Amino acid sequence: MRAAVVVFPGSNCDRDLAVALKEAGADVQMVWHKDTSLPEGIDFVGVPGGFSFGDYLRCGAIAAQSPICRSVVDFANKGGYVFGVCNGFQILAETGLLPGALLRNAGLKYICRQVPLTVQTTDSAFTQNYTQGQSITVPIAHHDGNYNADADTVARLQGEDRVAFTYGDNPNGSVADIAGILSENRRVLGMMPHPERAADENHGGTDGTALFRALVDTVVSA
Amino acid sequence: MKARVHVMLKNGVLDPQGAAVRHALGSLGFDGVEGVRQGKVIELDLAETDHAKAEAQVTEMCEKLLANTVIESYSVEIA
Repeated sequence: MRAAVVVFPGSNCDRDLAVALKEAGADVQMVWHKDTSLPEGIDFVGVPGGFSFGDYLRCGAIAAQSPICRSVVDFANKGGYVFGVCNGFQILAETGLLPGALLRNAGLKYICRQVPLTVQTTDSAFTQNYTQGQSITVPIAHHDGNYNADADTVARLQGEDRVAFTYGDNPNGSVADIAGILSENRRVLGMMPHPERAADENHGGTDGTALFRALVDTVVSA
Repeated sequence: MKARVHVMLKNGVLDPQGAAVRHALGSLGFDGVEGVRQGKVIELDLAETDHAKAEAQVTEMCEKLLANTVIESYSVEIA
């Protein structure tokens, strides 16, 4: 699998994401936000966590308007696999690739800790190596992870089996405990927790590894 | 000309910052504050001199960038 990881000014999980993808067997290239196109032959784009553009205006708002993001949106609209983690999720929501928005945490505090997640669907390239209802432990590190969408949108996400992960113990006020969601074609995943920080024994947990392996396996066999 | 954009969370979207400010006002003894909503003000200096064109431009800016209309509403003043 050929993967690209986008780097914005203020990204700080880009290399973690690249390492997790490489460990899973992907060939990874880093792509700068000013680039106007993705490298030829790319199968997957990762949008990493961090504080792109200092979180100015709204988290992810400026990054979503960057030249590379137009290519990422085109890539996704053509059926490409895209994964946004944390700030990457905020960016994908700002581009409109995923519905809803991420608000300030209900408790107003930045939260950095391990949280239990429940795998809500195994019907995606990202989650197929888990089991339905499985509890996994993955860290969160965010100030604006409070997922918000109107009731119709939440009902649609649930009805279409597009909620990928929920929090076991909702840390940030997210509606319906939502931690991660899929696009309509199930090829775009955005989530606030960081599976790339649970992908090595030295991280204190490896529950994120299955996500990257599943993705690489799917794209290689596709 | 100058434009001023007010961006607020939509009614019905929980505003945790506003709620915290309200709580702090209460602890300072300001009773009777029944609600606080916190938003932002963005001021723009525009080269455009036509009022209607300026308003149309700033409205487009709000739709594309300045506000996230999933969660925020905005209003535009041209002066």
